[in-house]
Formats: sequence, C-alpha cells, structure tokens
Amino acid sequence: MNSQHTRNPGAPLDLDWVMGARVNKSAAERRVATLTTRRTVKKDWQAAWLLRAVTCIDLTTLAGDDTPGRVQRLCAKAKQPLRPDMMEQLGVADERITVGAVCVYPNRVADAVRALQSSGIPVASVATGFPAGQTPLPQRIQEIEQAVEAGAREIDVVIARNYVLTGDWQAMYDELRQFREACGEAHMKTILATGDLGSLKQVYQASLVAMMAGSDFIKTSTGKETVNATLEVSLVMTRAIREYLERFGYKIGFKPAGGISSAKQALAWQALMKEELGDEWLRNDLFRFGASSLLTDIERQLSHFVSGRYAAKHHMPMG
Amino acid sequence: MNKVLEIFNTMEYGPAPESADAARAWLDGHQRKFGLFINNEWTSPKGAKYYPSYDPSNGGLLAETTQAGKKEVDAAVAAARSAFQTWSQTPGVVRARYMYAVARNIQKHQRLLATLESMDNGKPIRESRDIDVPLLARHFYYYAGWAQLMETELRDYQPVGVVGQIIPWNFPLLMLAWKIAPAIAMGNTVILKPASYTRLTALLFAEIVAEAGLPAGVVNVVTGNSGAGSMIVEHPDVDKVAFTGSTEVGRILRRQTAGSGKKLSLELGGKSPFVVFDDADLDAAVEGVVDAIWFNQGQVCCAGSRLIVQENVAPKFIHKLKERMGHLRVGDPLDKAVDMGAIVDQSQWDTIDSWVKTGIAEGGECFQPNIVLPEKGLFYKPTLITGLDPAASAVQEEIFGPVLVSLTFRTPQEAVELANNTRYGLAASVWSDNINLALDAASKIKAGSVWINCTNQFDGAAGFGGYRESGYGREGGKEGLFEYLRPKWMQRPRPQFTADATWGAHTPALPTPPGLERLNGHSLPPIDRTPKMYIGGKQVRPDGNYTTTIVNAKGKIIGQVGDGNRKDIRDAVEAAHKARTLGWAMRHGYNRSQILYFIAENLDARNAEFAKRIADMTGRTQKSAQAEVDAAVERLFTYAAWADKYGGSVQETTLRGITVAVNEPIGVIGIACPDEYPLLGFVSLMAPAIARGNAVVMIPSEKYPLSATDFYQVLDTSDVPGGVVNVVTGARDHLIKTLAQHEDVDALWYFGSAQGSYHVENESATNMKRTWVGYGIERNWLSREQGEGREFLREATQVKNIWTPTGE
Repeated sequence: MNSQHTRNPGAPLDLDWVMGARVNKSAAERRVATLTTRRTVKKDWQAAWLLRAVTCIDLTTLAGDDTPGRVQRLCAKAKQPLRPDMMEQLGVADERITVGAVCVYPNRVADAVRALQSSGIPVASVATGFPAGQTPLPQRIQEIEQAVEAGAREIDVVIARNYVLTGDWQAMYDELRQFREACGEAHMKTILATGDLGSLKQVYQASLVAMMAGSDFIKTSTGKETVNATLEVSLVMTRAIREYLERFGYKIGFKPAGGISSAKQALAWQALMKEELGDEWLRNDLFRFGASSLLTDIERQLSHFVSGRYAAKHHMPMG
Repeated sequence: MNKVLEIFNTMEYGPAPESADAARAWLDGHQRKFGLFINNEWTSPKGAKYYPSYDPSNGGLLAETTQAGKKEVDAAVAAARSAFQTWSQTPGVVRARYMYAVARNIQKHQRLLATLESMDNGKPIRESRDIDVPLLARHFYYYAGWAQLMETELRDYQPVGVVGQIIPWNFPLLMLAWKIAPAIAMGNTVILKPASYTRLTALLFAEIVAEAGLPAGVVNVVTGNSGAGSMIVEHPDVDKVAFTGSTEVGRILRRQTAGSGKKLSLELGGKSPFVVFDDADLDAAVEGVVDAIWFNQGQVCCAGSRLIVQENVAPKFIHKLKERMGHLRVGDPLDKAVDMGAIVDQSQWDTIDSWVKTGIAEGGECFQPNIVLPEKGLFYKPTLITGLDPAASAVQEEIFGPVLVSLTFRTPQEAVELANNTRYGLAASVWSDNINLALDAASKIKAGSVWINCTNQFDGAAGFGGYRESGYGREGGKEGLFEYLRPKWMQRPRPQFTADATWGAHTPALPTPPGLERLNGHSLPPIDRTPKMYIGGKQVRPDGNYTTTIVNAKGKIIGQVGDGNRKDIRDAVEAAHKARTLGWAMRHGYNRSQILYFIAENLDARNAEFAKRIADMTGRTQKSAQAEVDAAVERLFTYAAWADKYGGSVQETTLRGITVAVNEPIGVIGIACPDEYPLLGFVSLMAPAIARGNAVVMIPSEKYPLSATDFYQVLDTSDVPGGVVNVVTGARDHLIKTLAQHEDVDALWYFGSAQGSYHVENESATNMKRTWVGYGIERNWLSREQGEGREFLREATQVKNIWTPTGE
C-alpha cells in the first residue's frame, strides 16, 4: 500500500463526541436505496470502474482448510487477476493491475509473503482472536506481533464486541490502542463486526472510537457474522470517516467485507465512496473490498464488455 | 490514451442514457400531431389550431397538440355527461375491475410512460421511473379498492357528476392519477386538461385507459391553454372542479365558480418549512434537503424550500449541505445518473433566476456548487441562499425552482413560529431524533402533510392537501373521496342569483316606526331587555350603539338586538383567536364533550322558555317549537359524543412506520345561521365546530336572533371558555361580508341566500378561506341525515397526515 496520506496517529478518546452520535436508520436506508438508483456507470465507464475495483480487492481466504498450496494459488491470482488477453483488449496490458492485498490467517502469512515476493502486493493478516475476539488480551496482542514478524504489512484486527454492546468505549479504545502499538509499521484495519452490533448508532460510535484509537482502516465484518457488509452500515461508517477527517484532518480507509460477490455490488459500493467521501476513496490506499469470489464475477463482466458475449465462470482462471 | 484507462485514472461518471426509441416511435405513430381524446377516440376538430410541445432539455420539438375551443369543450362535457348516466350506475365492483385493468396497463407501459414524461417535462428518468409512474399505478390500485367497497362503506353517498380537472406541469402523470382515480372510482366522469407545458403523457395515458377497456367518455383529455381551462370551469354542466396549480390561479377559479353550486377542490402553492433540530442526524437531514428541494428541480408545490435550522448546529449543517451540493449531477433528464434535469420552460427559468437575484439584492448570500451544466437546455444549478431574514420576499414567496433559503432558530417554540410564518400550509419536514420534540413540532406546524425524519413521501393511502392559502380538499386516502361524493339526499345545487356590487351594504337600524304592537303577556309595561353582543365571554354593547327591532311572524314587536358592525366582527374574531391560543383546541375531547353535555343540560333546564321564544318569534305551534328545542338538546348530545371520536386514523401507506391522519380543527370559523329553526340551526352549526376544537363567530338568524341571544346565557353557565363562541347580531350579509374579507378567519359557513352564497365564496378567495354555503336551499335541520353527522365534522376539520418512519 503506497499511501500518499499521513498516517492517522489517533487521538484522545472524546466520549462526548461518541455519546452525541445520532444515526437515523430509516433515513440511512432511504439514502442507500436511492444511491444505487441515482448512480450507475455503463460501457467504458463500467469497465474502467470494475478494473479499479479489482485493484481494491483484498483477495481473501480464511478457512480451516487453508494450506500452503491453496495460499500459493490465491497469490498467483492476486498477481494476475485478469487474463492477459482481456487486459490486451481493455487496452491496459501495460498497466500493473493487481489486487490490493492478499488476506489470510496468521499461520498462512509466511506462505503468502513467500508467494508474493517482489510483487509489491502486501499481505494482510487477520488477528486478535479472529473472528470472535474472545481470547485473552495477551494472546490477541501476541497474534498481531507474530503476524507482523512473519511479514504481514496489514493487520485486520477484530474488536471485542462486548465493549460496544455494554457501552464500555474506554475499554474498547484502550485495547485498540495496544493493538495499534503492536502493529508498529503495519497498518491496522479494525473490524467492527457490525452484524453483531445492536444498531447503526453503535456502528457509528464504534467507528469513531476505532479511529480515535489509531485505526488506518475501519472494516465492516469478518465475513463470519450472520449479516456482513451492507450498504447501510457502510454509509454510516463512511460518514464517521468524514467526521473524523473534518475534526482531525486524517483520512481513514474503509473496507466492506463479507457477501460482496457481484460486480454490480462492487459498483454500488464505489458509488457510495465517491458520493460520500470523494474520489480518493476509490483507490486502494483508502478503499478495499474484503472478498473471495467477487473477482470472478468482475472478470465475467469485463469479458462481456470486451467480447459482447456473456461469459462462463469456468473460463476464468481459478484463484 | 485509451478510454478505459483514462476513466480508470479519473474515475468519472459517464453517460447512462435511457433509450427514447419507444417514446419517439409512439410520437411518430401519431405523426407527432395530436387531437383531443374524447369518447375513447382521437378527434381532430376542423380548422383546429395546433401548438408545439418542446423538450426542455434540448429545445427540440416533440409534437403538436390541439388547442381546444368552446365546441370541443362542449363535446367533451357532453361525452362525459352521457357516460355518467351509465358509469354512475355501474356497480362499484364492476368499476373496480375496470380500474384494476387501468392500473395493470399502466404497469405494462411503465417504461414508455416514464421516458415520455422525462422528455416532456425535463425531470430525471430516475424520478419518473421510480416515483411518478409507480405512484400513478398505486393510486389506481388504491382507488380500485374504494370502488369495490363503495356500496358497503359509503352507502350514504352518490357521485357528484361530471368533473373538470385541471392539472399542473410539474407532475403531469401523478397529478392526473390524483385527480382521475378517486373521481372515476366513485362513479364520476372526467374531463382532464393537462398543463400547457406538458400535454403528451396525458394523451398517452388516455390511449392506455382505452386499451384497458374503460368505457368511452369516462375519461376525456382536452388540451389547450388557460382559456380552455376556463371553458371547462365555467361550463354549466360541470358539477365539480378540481385544480392543482398556483394560488393565484386558484383564486381566479374560486371566483369563477363562486355561487355556482359546483364543488371545488384546490391544491395550491407552498413554501414548506424544513426544520432541523440540533439533535437530528445531520447527515440524514442533509440528504433530506436533497430530496426536499432538489427533487424535480424544486418544481414541487410541497418542496421543502425554507430551511429552518437550529442556530447551534447551523454552521455545521450548512457546511455539510454545501459539500453535498457539490455531488449533485445536473443534466440530460434521460440520463439514469443525474439528480436534476431541466427546468420546464424558459419563462420558468427566468422566474427562478430573478428570484435568486432578488434574494441576493435582499442581502442573501448565494451559494451554487462548482458543477458542470450542459451547454444547451434549461438547466439551473442547485442554489442555497443564506443570511436572509424572514421578512425577505425570497423567504416568503414560492420560487418553484431548485432554490433553498435558510433561517435559524433558537428554541423549539421559535422553530414552530418560523415554520408557521407563511401564508401557505402545504407540507413540512421535521428532523429530530427526539420523538417527543418531533411529534410536538409536527402537531403544531400548520400543514397538510408533516414528514418526520423524511420528506416528500406520497402514497395513495394518505391524503395530500393544504392548510391556509395552499388550498382545500385532500387528494389520496379515504379523505380524498369526499371531494367526489355528495350525500345521497342532496341534489346538485343550481342556484339562481344576481351578483350585487352593493351586497352587504347596510345602514344602521333606526328606531321602531310607531304603530307596531308589542308582544307582551303582562299588564304592566315590560322591563326593557335588549340583549347584547356576546364577545370573549362577555356581554358587550354593539360598537356602533345601534339597535334593531325584531318583529315576529305575526308583525308584533318581540324585542330588540344590537345592530353589529365591522368592529364587532373584528373584536369577535380577536376573541376567538385568543380562546384558541389559550388552548381550546388543545383540550382533550373528553373535556370538550363534558362542556357540550353541560350546555345541553342547561338548555334543557330552560326548555319551556326557549320553546316559547321560538313560538313567539316564528308563529309556529308550541309543539313544533318544543320539538326544535328537544332536537337542539339532542344535537348537543350528538357532538358531545363526537368530541372524542373523530380524531383521525392510521393510514396504511407504504412507509415502514406510522402514518397518522389527524383531523385538526380549522381555526376560527365564521358562521351565518339559517332563518329556519332559529335555535336548532344555530346549535347544529355551533356544536360540531366547537366539538372539534374550533372557535366560532356566530351570526344568528337576522330575522329571529333572540334564541341565539338567549342561548349565550346558557353558554355563560356551562363552563364554555370565553371567546370559544361569540355571537354578533345584526344584518347577516353585512356582518358575513366583513368575515369573508377578514384575513384571519379560516373558514366561513353560510346558510343564507343564493346571492349571499355567491358573494361569500367570491370574497373568501382573498385568503382562500374554506367555505361551506347553502346556496339558499333549505335543509331539514330536524333530520339527523341532513342536520348532523360526518358532513359537519368534515367541514369542521382539516386532515393532517403525519409520516413517522420507524427503525433503530
């Protein structure tokens, strides 16, 4: 991640700010419902936007059956997400089009780092008792340190949801502060697991606390909750990012994750970023999709764009 | 550079056009020249004048339509009249099938309708596709349901007859739906005149209606200018006129139809407040503003065009708003990714621009985002004017364009005062996450629709319409049906009258000429007992100090009353307002019902005395007079009953949340009582008005006022707060004229002559006060069907729909 932006150092916890948060759910729903009907891109624009989306993917595998071989395969796809013939037809053969990062469990970081050597693609590791965050704090911190040690340049940490649900913002802040310290140079992407939180207001509050604690990115979900990334929670989180920028001048990245598997969904999220935060948040230093199958669908759409024929999934090389 | 690569780097939006092919093919199929749609047929009058219709986004000619003249209007009315004979007799369940077919056919042609609407009007395809046309279908489905239920749920009503409907250009299809659907559901037939700027979709709709199999003549579409509109309005065989448009034209229509016995509903202008409290979700409210004022380029009668934001969050809110404005996209209406399309016409564009200049000249600071407009076409940037005072004309007047003005407030009370500081009352939007505050403000803002934490919500199941000079009558919901219904016992009034420029003039009364005998049961001379006016709960001498002698039916003097003048009316209206602000309307129904029961109790205690008075005045038998008093007592009981049973209902709209229709009092009502039934007529009109929280200025029968003046003693002993009922005696038309011209009287009920009815309706146009007149036709006040009930309650109330979305 070659960020042009000054890294967020965090800020002292401002509880008044957190407690004064207001989020009106029905209004948020209306905004996202009309956002997708107000904005659409077609033809060349759609192809270009999807190409951009590819560069924002955190290509992810987070499963119990992950092996070095599986990770190796994923990394190969990360380096060459689109077929060369398609790149040629799109007229971007000379561009270095790769995904944004590869995201794995801590035990697989070393495999990924090896596979991505000299590709410039960062390895992201989940940590801190992913996905539930219900392990003792020292172990969670140690997990970060080990992942960083193994070469992860981004750490996707999960928050302890109990702090949000009980309103113990101080505890959430303190833990995240320690996580951030453990991350060191690696960027901290804080997963709020919004599907576990009680309301959009809590999502907004947790976003503020996560940013004050020094997150570089805030991320919706682990992908393991019942409800993962939705446009509603994304709207609320992007608005929190805007508020934080207004107040402290630091740009925080955003990563929706879980359930985003179609090109159409990706375009909706891109429109959300462009409208609510601006064009900078369309690039991978401030925006990522946490996804595993999204890339294939984008490939199919791009294939349709260049050939005029609807594409088959099995024509796209597996990751 | 390669195009994809270039966009990959800039990440701009590109064009996303909706195809106009089908719409063009439809226009071509008609050789781009349209006749009038009468009797399910295209008619092209010989030698007709055609006039062009342009696409406002590029100035291109779309088609030509016919200018209807008198002959054509006559033909359309005749077609509607002939169709009415069968359509009104067609069972509701059969009409429901037809309407269901119309709704289905609308959906089948949804995309064509939406595309043509955007080409004709300039609105973004997103809006016509997602809002206008779905609502068009929704209204036909909703009212198909009422056609189905009419015979069981509205068994005491009949259709009105032939209806002339004139609609504006801002929502050509939606306004057409609001007008036509309830009308034909109830068995009426229609002549619709679309607006001069936008005629094409109504013509397409007419074809779709015919395709659905609706019998010929039920819906007729006549194009033309305002002259054609006038011909429809003034046609003697039109029974009702429904209009949506400017308050200025609404006033003209009120005057044109005055005294004719035609029903009239008007949905007029607005300058609706958009109130943001400091505890609102400000980002959500900013988005609300976008939906409020940059919906349909701000050419919306209920547009939230006056932003009223709490002072402590105003800078933050305005900052957010300006940032948001920079993301709005203005362009080709057929582009699926624009927020705003074109202004409908050059003249409209000029008006908007001159208002913005006025706002700046008045000291406002004008903000327009740095966004690109197409080089050609009638586009206007979203505009925000800050720093204006409530007195600025840009704050007071309807601009009807994408221009928002903003004000600030300090307290909730001040927010409501500012919100209500307008001659209009169409809609309001209230933003707060505090339910107590939001509902309190919603109840205090005078507007027909109040949207809490949302804006511009519409649905077939909820009525829409104004308070004050935003018009009267409702469209949508069950409340919208009554514009197209008449009680079964009532005929269409066809009053005969001559307008009289000197109507209401009055020379103060003179002493009784000698020679008249005095009615007196005693041997001694009677103790003089001259009743006074009853104003603000006090008996007061008439301002002019003139007195009128009352002579009974047998020519004997039976008493004297004060001869009221303008100043007595002025005082009475002020007293009525004071009583209202002191909380008569705020009292709960239980309390008002207790007071009405108490009035009944005290009247009954003086039963014999009141009966004797009626008999003495009218010369009717003691038995007949007694029956009148008994009926008056019973009527008070009726409205004591209704005092807590007419609050409103929950509307089943598509909103997730609660939409509540609240029947609110109208305010101060002036009431001229009939001469027949001097007591019962008075009570039958006073009781529903005060039961529903209004304050009244009563003008008793001019001929027989003594029952009313006796009655104020009953009021005095019945805990009626001073000013709720005021009684001014004297020359009825003289007094009612002052009330009709009074700009702080909200409604007028007049049960006098046909001529007086004309003048009352005509004069009331000044502030668009609601009127209810008898056209000189007597009612049987003794009958419960004619003398009491829902008709009276409806006249005593106006419906406010409060939309509250839910969800945390």
